[in-house]
Amino acid sequence: MSSDTAPLLTLTGVNTHIGPYHILQGVDFAVPRGSLTMLLGRNGAGKTTTLRTIMGLWHASAGAVRFDGADITAWATPDIAQAGIAYVPENMGIFADLTVRDNLLLAARSGPIDETRLRWIFGLFPALERFWSLAAGVLSGGQKQMLSIARAIIEPRRLFLIDEPTKGLAPAIIANMIEAFRELKKNPDTTILVVEQNFLFAKSLGDAVAVMDNGRVVHAGAMAALAEDRGLQQRLLGLSLDQHQ
Amino acid sequence: MTAPATPAPAARPAPAQRRDVAPLLLVPLLALAALPLIGDLSTWITLTAAGLAMGMIIFIIASGLTLVFGLMDVLNFGHGAFISVGAYAAAVLAPSLSGLTQTDSLVLNIVALLALIALAMAVTGALGYAFERIIIMPVYGQHLKQILVTVGGLIVAEQLIIAVFGPVQIALPLPAAFRGSIVFGDVAIERYRVIAVAVGLVVFAAMLLVLGRTKIGLLIRAGVENGEMVEALGYHIRRLFVGVFIAGSALAGLGGVMWGFYREALTPAMGMDVMVLVFIVVVIGGLGSVGGCFIGALLVAVTANYTGFLAPKLALGSNILLMALILLWRSRGLYPVAKR
Ligand SMILES: Nc1ncnc2c1ncn2[C@@H]1O[C@H](COP(=O)(O)OP(=O)(O)O)[C@@H](O)[C@H]1O
Ligand SMILES: [Mg+2]
Repeated sequence: MSSDTAPLLTLTGVNTHIGPYHILQGVDFAVPRGSLTMLLGRNGAGKTTTLRTIMGLWHASAGAVRFDGADITAWATPDIAQAGIAYVPENMGIFADLTVRDNLLLAARSGPIDETRLRWIFGLFPALERFWSLAAGVLSGGQKQMLSIARAIIEPRRLFLIDEPTKGLAPAIIANMIEAFRELKKNPDTTILVVEQNFLFAKSLGDAVAVMDNGRVVHAGAMAALAEDRGLQQRLLGLSLDQHQ
Repeated sequence: MTAPATPAPAARPAPAQRRDVAPLLLVPLLALAALPLIGDLSTWITLTAAGLAMGMIIFIIASGLTLVFGLMDVLNFGHGAFISVGAYAAAVLAPSLSGLTQTDSLVLNIVALLALIALAMAVTGALGYAFERIIIMPVYGQHLKQILVTVGGLIVAEQLIIAVFGPVQIALPLPAAFRGSIVFGDVAIERYRVIAVAVGLVVFAAMLLVLGRTKIGLLIRAGVENGEMVEALGYHIRRLFVGVFIAGSALAGLGGVMWGFYREALTPAMGMDVMVLVFIVVVIGGLGSVGGCFIGALLVAVTANYTGFLAPKLALGSNILLMALILLWRSRGLYPVAKR
């Protein structure tokens, strides 16, 4: 275990190949403990590949991923999950043939679902209570996203990796998501890394930010600083003024 | 494993849960359609009972194979070896149980059958474990190599059986009380067919129970759908797969015993012969679907029995035709498993 001030997650010089393609070309960044860090960048920048590399779904060909001091670069995915990292993939990865209940049952790895925690989740996402015994495949896109996040938080974990939680969601549901993330952040031990395309969402929740381009992190710092600097946004994200109003 | 009780009914109605019942109607419809062609009710009942019994046995064999494919994308042609090995294991033990099998006591006969099944499943389960470690593990994700090495495994198993038992068929006589028929008026149903149907239903019910009600079963279904996500939730899917492979091999061994008694004779090639039908069943059912596999097995076997009577020359062709028709209707089988 390393000291409490060291970042919970650190990537140093991470390179990832997918087949013949060299996707991540030396990714460096750190996720501070107890923070919500936003990973931004245009489509194809390598954000999803970064999360998958952290989860061990791709393996880095060079560089290191450290989680709470341990070098997890070569670990198998289940071992990484068991170390306390929860993952919400870009496609949500819900089990369509299983009920909402059974999806959550599997996510609660260490035993029966904790009743209090389930109530808390139902408070965040009431739809899950309504559709509790339905096959998850019949849920709407937003409800699937809620289920996918609920699966990640059904038991306490140390780090949450969440890939584009607002993708394809209606504004009302995005507002619900923002509320849910605010609630999650209330616990000071919660560390979250969120990939986002929606800058408004990122700005309203992020403490720290890293921006990727072409398989590298090209900017890292406080979210507040980026939120105030329109020129920097323009340069890093290609945002025009009206796009993020 | 307990879970919170189902929450109180919701104010807003839930989205309609789609229950896909059309495939369930196929076997009854096929049977009804065949009745006028066959013409004679008692013949029709005999053929249908034979078809159902054979279908149950094929289901027992195919169910493990469909899960093995669904979970790890492994094409295991070697599955047929477990059918033969299970049947021959039973044939080796059967003579020493003659005290139980030669009497007319149904109970003692059933005890003997269960003992033979237990032995066959233990042998094929252990063999399945070795097969997975030695033959399957090195060729994960490589379909062509899988076909080559598993077909190789099947041929080696067949040759080993010939080396030990000789190339000619050997007898596996039915226990005394399983012989003969149950007669209702002018309709006679062979007793063993009833027993085969009962065993098949027990296996099907047990699988539904395990897959629907236990955490292991949920993990298997989840893994068939999206193995990567199961791993990301912290479960080692490889370990799950080894367990499923062993269970699937043991089920093939069980099916081999049932099939051996059905024919009352064993041949070294029996496993390979059955595998053609088993593959058709797995494809018809939808790769990875146990429910589809069950319906597919009954369809294939009932069709084989009807055409065997109506047009014997078309027997195998009819099943290929059946597969083509089903795939025209549902290109990924009766109950396609949603893949990530
Ligand atoms: N499975 C894959 N095979 C080949 N190329 C891939 C694969 N996944 C992603 N890529 C490529 O890697 C790059 C980064 O993709 P990704 O990490 O998904 O980007 P982002 O999440 O930032 O949009 C893209 O150019 C994409 O085309
Ligand atoms: Mg992405």
